[in-house]
Amino acid sequence: MRLRNRVVSTVATLFGVAVLVFVMLRAIPGNQITAGLGTEAAALTPAQRQALEQYYGLDQPLVTQFFSWLGNMFTGNFGYSARQQQSVLDLTLHSLPVTFELAVLSIVLALLIGVPLGMLAASRTNSSRDALGQVVSLAGLSVPAFLLATTLLSILAASFGFNPNGQGFATLFDDPLLNLQQMFLPALVLGFGIAAPILRTTRTAVLEVRSNDFVRTARAKGVPERRLQVKHVLGNALVPIVTMTGLQFGYLLGGAVVVEQIFSVPGIGRQVLLGIQQKEYAVVQSTVLVIALAFVLVNLLTDVLYRIIDPRVRAS
Amino acid sequence: MPRGAFSAVGIAAALSIALTSCSSSSSPGSSPAGTGAASGKSLVVGVTSDPDTLFPWKATQFQAVNVLQNLYGTLTEFDKDLKVVPGLAESWQTSDDGKKLTLKLRQGVTFADGSTFDSKDVKSSLDKIMDEKTAAVARASLSSVKSVEAPDANTVVLELTGPDAALPANLATVNMAMLSSDDTEEKLNTTPNGTGPFKVKNRVASQSITLARNDAYWGEKPKVPAVEFRVIPDESSIVSAMQSGNVQLAVFNDPLVAQTAEGGGTITVTKTPQLNYHVLQLNAQHGDLKDVNVRLAIQCAIDRKQVLDTAALGEGEVTGPITAPLFKSDPNKRPCPARDLTKAAEYLSKAGKSGGVTVKTIVSQGEYATSVNEAQNLKAQLAEAKINLDLEVLESGAFVDRWVAADFDAAVALNGGRPDPDGSYGRYFTSKGNLNKVAGYSSPELDKLFAEGKATTDEAARKAIYDQVSAKLEENAPWIWLFSGYTYTATTAGVQGFVPMASGSLQYLRTTSVS
Repeated sequence: MRLRNRVVSTVATLFGVAVLVFVMLRAIPGNQITAGLGTEAAALTPAQRQALEQYYGLDQPLVTQFFSWLGNMFTGNFGYSARQQQSVLDLTLHSLPVTFELAVLSIVLALLIGVPLGMLAASRTNSSRDALGQVVSLAGLSVPAFLLATTLLSILAASFGFNPNGQGFATLFDDPLLNLQQMFLPALVLGFGIAAPILRTTRTAVLEVRSNDFVRTARAKGVPERRLQVKHVLGNALVPIVTMTGLQFGYLLGGAVVVEQIFSVPGIGRQVLLGIQQKEYAVVQSTVLVIALAFVLVNLLTDVLYRIIDPRVRAS
Repeated sequence: MPRGAFSAVGIAAALSIALTSCSSSSSPGSSPAGTGAASGKSLVVGVTSDPDTLFPWKATQFQAVNVLQNLYGTLTEFDKDLKVVPGLAESWQTSDDGKKLTLKLRQGVTFADGSTFDSKDVKSSLDKIMDEKTAAVARASLSSVKSVEAPDANTVVLELTGPDAALPANLATVNMAMLSSDDTEEKLNTTPNGTGPFKVKNRVASQSITLARNDAYWGEKPKVPAVEFRVIPDESSIVSAMQSGNVQLAVFNDPLVAQTAEGGGTITVTKTPQLNYHVLQLNAQHGDLKDVNVRLAIQCAIDRKQVLDTAALGEGEVTGPITAPLFKSDPNKRPCPARDLTKAAEYLSKAGKSGGVTVKTIVSQGEYATSVNEAQNLKAQLAEAKINLDLEVLESGAFVDRWVAADFDAAVALNGGRPDPDGSYGRYFTSKGNLNKVAGYSSPELDKLFAEGKATTDEAARKAIYDQVSAKLEENAPWIWLFSGYTYTATTAGVQGFVPMASGSLQYLRTTSVS
C-alpha cells in the first residue's frame, strides 16, 4: 500500500514538473529562431520564418508538442539538440555522470568538514570551539559560490599556474588523475557551502542526543568517551544529518550550474542552461525531468538509509 | 574531539595536498587534450561558447562565425584592412552596364572530402542561398542577382537587375560560403565540408571543437597543425586558463576582463577598433519621435564621450554612422558635435515640446557588458534636457522579441557594422530594406543615395556618396550614434603572426604560429 502511494505520488510529481517546465519555457519571450539569429531574425521574410518554424517544429499546436514530447520520452526518445547535433539522451548520458560525480565528491567534502566541526562545536557549547563552528558555518552560508570559485581560480592560476580546469575536461574513465584534479576545486566550493547546514544540523542533533538519559547511563557504565561520542551520540544523531545530506545531494544534481560554468565542468546544470539560452525546448524539458527523477530517487534512497541506521524506523 | 573527526580532517588535507602536487606536472602549452596532436605547437583558443550551428548559411553567432570562417571558403575575402580581395574567385569583372558580374574561379581547389570545387558548386550555393526555403541569413545581400549561370567549370556569371558595387564585399562573408552541390544542411551540421584552411578533426559537444590543418588548402598553409576552440563559459576563467598556460589565444569584448588579463603581465592584449557601434536607436515612427526636432534635441543633449567614459572605461572612440575604415564618418560633422543643452531646448521648443518628452527605451541585460551602464548615463544626461528616458531593462530574449517587432520608442544597442556601408545601412534606411520596419526611417534622398552608392564602383566616388549618407542620417537623427569599442585579442608568450581584424574575425589563425 505504502509502495503504491509512493509510486503514484512520484508519477504525479514528475507529471507536474513536466507540465510546469513546458509552460514556463513557452512563457519566456523568444524561441529557437530568435535565440539563434538574435536581431537578425527581423530580416527574415515570412517564407523564411515559416521554413524555420517547420524545421524546429514550432508550427505544431502546443498540446501536440507536449504530448508528442512526453510520449517520446516513454520510448526513450528524449529529443534532439540541433545546436549540439546529438540526442538529448546521449547528452544526458554524458553530463549526468559528471554531475553525479561532482555531487558525490562535494557531499564527501561537506561531510568531512561539517560533521567533525559540528561535533567539535557541540562538545563544549559557547566555547571558542563553538565559535569556530559558527564562523565556518556562517562563512559557508554567506560567501556566494561564484565569488569563492572565481577567487580560488584566479589566485591559484595567477600565482601558482595551477588550473587543471583550463585543460580540456577529462572524465573519470579517460584520465582519473586529471579528472580528480578538475573536480577538486568545484567540489570544494560546493562542499564548503553545503558543509554549513550539515555542521549546524550535526551540532543541534548531537546536543539533543547528548541530553538523553541513555548517554548518561552509558557514561555511568564506563563506556570510553570516544566510543560514547561516536557510537552512542553520533550514531543516534545520524537521522537528521542524513536527511540534510540527502536534501543537499538532490539540490546539487540540478543546482551546481554556476560552479559548473566557472570551472568548465560539462555537467547537467550547464546542459539545462545552454538549452534555456538557445531555447531548445526538448533539451530543457527532458533534462529537467531527468533531474526531477534523480531527486525523487535520492529521496527514496534517503528513506532506505533511515531503515538501515535507525532500528526504530525498521521496527515500524 | 573524537579521533574519527581528526582523521577525517587529516584525509581531506592529505587529499588536497596530493591533488595539488599532482597538478603541477601538467605542462603549460601542452597539446589539446584528447586530440593526439603530434607536435606541441597546436594552438588552443579559449571561447565562451561552442558554435550554435555548423551550417554556414545560418550562422550569426560570433563563435560559430569564427569557427566556420576557418573551415569554409568564399568567392571573395577581406584582407586585414577589410579590402575585398580574391578568394575562390581569382578575379571578377563587371560589364559596362553593370548588369553582369563575371567571376573566374580558382582551379585545383578541393573540398575537405577531396571532391573538386567548380562552377557547379557556386551556382548551386548561390541558388540555394536565394531560395527562401533555405532560410539563409544572407539572402537579402543577393537581392540584385537575377540569375546565376555556369558557362564552364571555371566561370560563373551573375545576371543583375542593376549595378551593385557592394556585391563583391557581400560575397566575402561566411554566410555566403561555397558548399559542394552534393552536400545537404543535415550532413554539414555534423560533418562540415569546406574549402577553408582547416578541417574539422574532432568535436565534443559544448566542450571543444578541434580543427586540423587542411593540407590541400589552395592558399598559404596554416602554420599550426591544429587549432582547438576550447569552451570555457566564463571570460574570467579563460584569463585564468591563459595564466596557467592552457589556452594561448582569446578574444574579449569586456574592457574589464581585458584589464584583468593584462594586469598579470604574462598575457599580451592588443586593442583593435571594432566595426560594431554602440547606438541609441530611435523609432522615428513612434509618438513624439516622429518629429525630427525631438530627435535632434536628443542628439544635442548627449555628451558621447561621457557615455564612453562612464560605461566603458573610456575604451573606444566616439563615432558617426559608418565605422568601416574605408568609409569612416567624421563624428565632428553632425548637428551638435559637442553637447549643447541650449540647442536641445531650442529643438524641443520648435517641436512644441518645451515641457519635455518621455521616451520608452528598451535595454538588454547580459547581451553585452556595458548596455545597462550606457542606458543609465544616457538617462541622466537627457534628464537635464527635460527628456525622460523611461528605461525597460530586459533579458536578451525579451529584448530581441521587442526589437524584432519594432515595439519600442528607443533601444540601447550594440549593432554589428560591416566593411561595406551598403551592407551596414542599406537594409535599415532604404524604404525597401528588410530591417526598415525596425529602423523606422527612410527618405527618397536616402533611397537615391544608396542606389547611387551601389551603382558606383570608383572607391573615392563611393566614399563621397556615403559621406552624404552619413550627413543625411545625422541631420535627421533616426539613431544617435555613440561610440565604437575595441576588440581585445589576448595572447600568451610564443604566439606569433595573428592579425586581429576590426570585424573581430579569426581568419588569421592560418598565419598564427606557436613556439
